[in-house]
Parts: sequence; C-alpha cells; structure tokens
Amino acid sequence: MARRPFPLAATAVATALGVLTLGTLGAVLAQAGGGGLTAADWAALRFTIWQAVLSALVSVGLAVPVARALARRRFAGRGALIALLGAPFLLPVIVAVLGLLAVFGRAGIVNQALAAIGLPTVSIYGLHGVVLAHVFLNLPLAVRLILHGWQAIPAERLRLAAALGFGPRAIWRHLEAPMLRAVLPGAALAIFSICLTSFAVALTLGGGPRATTIELAIYQALRFDFDLPRAATLAALQFALCSAGVAMAGWLTVAAGFGAGLDRATAPLPPAGWRKALDVAVITLATAFVAAPLLAVVARGAPGLTNLPVQVWAAAGRSLAVALASCALATSGALTLALARGRRGFELSAMLPLAASSLVLGTGLFLMLAPWVSPPRAALPVTVLVNAALSLPFAFRILAPEARAIDADYGRLTQALGLRGAARLRWVTLPRLKRPLGFALGVTAALSMGDLGVIALFATDTGATLPLLVQRLMGAYRMDTAAAAALLLVGFSFALFWGFDHWGRRHAET
Amino acid sequence: MLKLDGVRWSEGDFTLSADWQANPGEQIAVIGPSGAGKSTLLSLIAGFLAPSAGRITWQGRDLAPLAPGDRPISILFQDQNLFPHLTLAQNLGLGLSPNLRLHPNDAARIDTALTRVGLADLGRRKPGQLSGGQQGRAALARALLRARPILLLDEPFAALGPALKAEMLTLVREVALATGALTLLVTHDPNDARQFARRTILVDAGRAAPPQDTASLFANPPQGLRDYLGP
Repeated sequence: MARRPFPLAATAVATALGVLTLGTLGAVLAQAGGGGLTAADWAALRFTIWQAVLSALVSVGLAVPVARALARRRFAGRGALIALLGAPFLLPVIVAVLGLLAVFGRAGIVNQALAAIGLPTVSIYGLHGVVLAHVFLNLPLAVRLILHGWQAIPAERLRLAAALGFGPRAIWRHLEAPMLRAVLPGAALAIFSICLTSFAVALTLGGGPRATTIELAIYQALRFDFDLPRAATLAALQFALCSAGVAMAGWLTVAAGFGAGLDRATAPLPPAGWRKALDVAVITLATAFVAAPLLAVVARGAPGLTNLPVQVWAAAGRSLAVALASCALATSGALTLALARGRRGFELSAMLPLAASSLVLGTGLFLMLAPWVSPPRAALPVTVLVNAALSLPFAFRILAPEARAIDADYGRLTQALGLRGAARLRWVTLPRLKRPLGFALGVTAALSMGDLGVIALFATDTGATLPLLVQRLMGAYRMDTAAAAALLLVGFSFALFWGFDHWGRRHAET
Repeated sequence: MLKLDGVRWSEGDFTLSADWQANPGEQIAVIGPSGAGKSTLLSLIAGFLAPSAGRITWQGRDLAPLAPGDRPISILFQDQNLFPHLTLAQNLGLGLSPNLRLHPNDAARIDTALTRVGLADLGRRKPGQLSGGQQGRAALARALLRARPILLLDEPFAALGPALKAEMLTLVREVALATGALTLLVTHDPNDARQFARRTILVDAGRAAPPQDTASLFANPPQGLRDYLGP
C-alpha cells in the first residue's frame, strides 16, 4: 500500500554511484598491466597493511584509558572536551600534519626539549611518523566509540554492582571487559579501514621505498612516471584491499562515531586514590596530544593571516566552490537514497563508495576522461564528484535513521491526508529532517573542503585547492605561509560545518 | 452504505474476518479485548492494510484501488494526529489541501472550525504548546473541515481523564452530526460505547461481528465479551 517516494530518482543516484565506483574500476582493470606486481608494489602493499594495523592498535589501545576516565569522571568542561574530540574527524589532514610537524618535527617543541636536556632527537618521517599522524587523527574517534560502549552499560547494572560491593577490579571483570570485547574489534577495524586509504599523511610524512602506501604509489605512478598500466594495477589492488576492509568492518558493525551522548543522570561512582590521579593524568595527556598541534598551527599561522599571498585566496575560493558543490551533491544523493529505504539495494549502493578510494576513483576517471578532456580542465569537476561520492556514505548514515523515524511516526498520518510527492517533501520530509540535513551538509562540506586526494592527481600549478596549496607551500619550506593558509583552511572548514549545522538546528522544530 | 463483503485478513497465526454493513450517518462503537484486531479492522477500512480476501465498498464503490488519502474517510489515531513542526492552522489546512495551496476564504473556514471545537485564536500555536485534550480537539477540527462521509476513531482519547474524555465524545458526536459521517469509534471502555453508540461491533476470536444493539449486547453479553468485561 505504502508508495515509496522517488524510486526513479533513487535508481538514478544508485546508478551514478555504481558508475563512479564500479565503472571506474572497470576502466582501471581494462588498463591494468599484465606484468603482475613488482617488488616495489609488494612493499607498498605490505607497508599499507602494516601501518594500518599499527595505527588501529595504537589508537584503540590508547583510547581505552581515556574513554574510561571520561566515562567515570565528571568535571567542568567535560562536555566541551568530548565535543572537541569530534573535531579531528573534520580537521583537514594536511593541517593535522602541519601541526604535528610543529610539535614533533625536526625543529619542533619536543625535539627542542630533548636537545636542551642532551637527549638524541627523534624523526617524524617514515613509519612512526605515519602512525603518529594516524593516531592523532583517529584516537578521538576511538575514544568516542569506546566511550559510547561505556555509556551503554545500563545504569541498573552499575547500581547492582555497587549494591553487591564490587570494587574496580570486579567491575572491570564483570562489566567493562565484556563490553570492551564487544566494542574494540569494531573500533579497530573501522580505523584500520580508514588508514588503508591514507594519502595526504603518506605524501607528507612517508615516501621512499620503505614508507609508501598504495594510494601514494598510484599518485607517483601517474604523476611522475606516467606509467598508466602500473597505476591501474595498483588501483585494482587498492580496491580489493578496501573492499576486504569494508567487508570485515561491516561484519563487525559499530555505531557511528559522532553524536555519542554526553552525560547521563547518574554517573557511576568513580574510584578514588591512585586511580583518580591516573585518570587526571590520562585526560590531561590526551587533551594536550590533541590540542597542542592545533595550537601550534594557530600560533604559527596567525601572524601571516593579514598578508596572505593572492594565490592563497584564489585557492580558498576554488576549495569553497568545490566544498559547496560536493556537499549539495552528496547530501541530496544521500537523502534520495535514504527516502527510498526499505530496499536493501539502495542502502548497499550508498555504502559502495566506502570500498573505493580517492586515488582509485581519480585514476579511473582520469582514464575515462583522458581521450576527451585535458586533466587540468577536468580537475575541479572531478574533485567535486569524487568528494561527493566519498562523503555520501556519511551523509546517508546521518539521514537514514531519521528518515525511518518520520515514516514510523507520521507515515500513516501523511497517507491519511493524501500528502505525496512534492507536497510531502515540502511540508513533512524537509521540515522534519532539517536538523540531520544541516548536520550532513556540514560534515560533507567540511570533509570536502579539507580533502587532499584526487586533486593532487589532476591539478596544475595554477589550479590548486587550498589543502593542495598548503602541501606545496610545506614542500617549498615556506612554513609560515603554509601555517597561515592552513589556519584559513581550518577556519573555512569549521565555519562551513558550524554554519550548516546551526542552520539545521535553528529551524528545527520539535 | 459501508459494506465489508467476506473480508479476511491474516498474518501468521492472526486472522480477522468481517462480513457486515453499516449505514451512512450511523454511530457505531468497536469493542473487544486488546490484540483482538480492533485497530486492524480500522486499518483495513482506511486502506493501510489490504484484505487477503473479500471487498470493502462504500455506496457500491470498491475502495481497494484508492490510496488512504483518496478514500471517503477521515481517521484519528491513538497519537501523532498532528505534525509538530506545523502550526494548528497549517495542520488544519492540510485537511483542505495536501499541498497547502489554500483559497483566501479557507483561512476563515479554518478559524471557524477552530472556534467550533473551542480553540479560537490558537491557530498560530504549534501542537507542542497545547494540552492532550486540545490536540484531540484540533484533530477533530480537521476532520470537520475534511467532512468525509466516514470518520474512524482509533482510541484517540484513551490517554485522557474520564471527564475530558466524555467531553471529547460529545464533541465527536457534534462533528459526526455536522458532517453526517458514519462514525466507527474504537474503545475498550463499555461506558464509551453506551454513551456514544446505538450499535456496537464486537471484535473477538478472529471475527468482527456485525453491529448489534449496544444495550442488548451488554444486557446479554456473549462469552467472549463476558470474559473481557469480567465479573
């Protein structure tokens, strides 16, 4: 009886996603060299998996004490701190790298301190630099996922534990350890999957035969060696790897990392003594680890903000246009698929881009478009398309549960009043979805604003986006200008997120 | 006349059958134990469920091809009868035009309907600013505006106190008389049936019985109703 809205539009979106992910894969496979993998390719594969495993294990391992401390302590600013932990998800990767360089780099704070007390300095380049950056970017995500698990332990269970006189050790054994056994594998796999497609981090902190990810190898094959068959072979390898990662992660589903709850009415009774000191230390260290690189970028970049070169503003304009176009595409596509829910195929097609990566999509589109358009001319449209496709799954996950709730709550009333098509969209769907729509637009806009991926493949010297320009300024050792441009980039990213999210909240009615 | 002609509906172990008719403008109560299928009966008539067998007709016309909004029916649910993000006037306006393209004199009709149910001057409020009783009144005002020949009420006042509920039933009767609608009122309270309806449908043991005289039904209840009412 219930007629689904827009099955046609949803089919069109699903088809477009299919062409973008599987069609580009087809183009890649048609070009792939028959020569098999070289020793360098095997090294890239090994490094990609190894750094992802290490990044996931270290992130999750460090996140457990932080999440436990946040779960059992109440202090002023706790809510703000948890909100701050959501920020690295939207932070442009290149800005994170710049901040980490300021803290852990050759002339960074840590090495200056080490040198001052006569200890040998550390290098941020290579495997441990890549892992450090990934931990910085993903530790907050891991903390939020695990904190969510802690908060999901029912208050009644904790009350019962208190009534039975459980000490911290017994609570660990009977409540916390079983929860962690359920939550940790999913969290680790999610981070593992994210790190498989690492490009910007590897580009800046990795490189060389010993620290090259597949994503970076694809870029080098195309950009420097003009070796299309090799790039295609690597792209096929990357796709297989990502699909395996997504399949494993999907097998162990975890809740989305953003939007975890903050307080609940009854906080568990926190243990005192040395455990309290430990929690304080853990929270302080984690906050410093997340905040210090950001503060370093602000400190270094702020003076340069007043006289930014004109090329920075031009790049900012390009990035803004890309971000707005791709957030509109991603969110409207996700909305169309979310409204056509109930058909498993649409949900699967919304998740399809998770198996793709920026450089694989880029390589495929490069191959498909090369006979028709010159790559630099296609750079921005291709970036819009790729960013939209890659951020669509996030928008879908934000919108789908809310769309389902509208159906459950108001589906029959809507039908009884004969509301359908455009009237239904205007008077019911959009007003009810305003809040998640604003959030989805904000997340996808910020992700696209900060993305440094496919654009590196296509852009010429004059067509760079802001993240690419920051990377090039760093490469030219113009660190002050790079930091100022990075600050501008962060400002734009968070302004976009805040603006859209605020719009959604302001007009949302209960 | 509303005719349920050999209607059957089944899902898993649950079945419901109905084979009877009801006259235009009549007021009928629907009573029975919870889970017996009172709401299912209304969902079949309203078009949210399709019968597995049989036909439902109104004045000889088969309702099967009509979507819920196109049927000659207004329905009030247990809850969620109003969109919380729209004002009362907009919620009522949806009863006149699903795309809210209203004629200039529609605003006056909406005001009149609101006044009639005792909500004068509240058209700009949103449902969240109203009490439960006021929300029920607003939903009834919309039914008044829609003026469809069949009015289905699926226990919309179950959460109200006794005095308020009696007041609402009086209002339902007024709306039903004003629109001349055949009214089916689902309730689990025998007093509602006695107060509201001359005839009552008993839903029990997989069957919605034909409407029978309310007074004689309660004077001489069949076994199923006796079990439900208790000693």
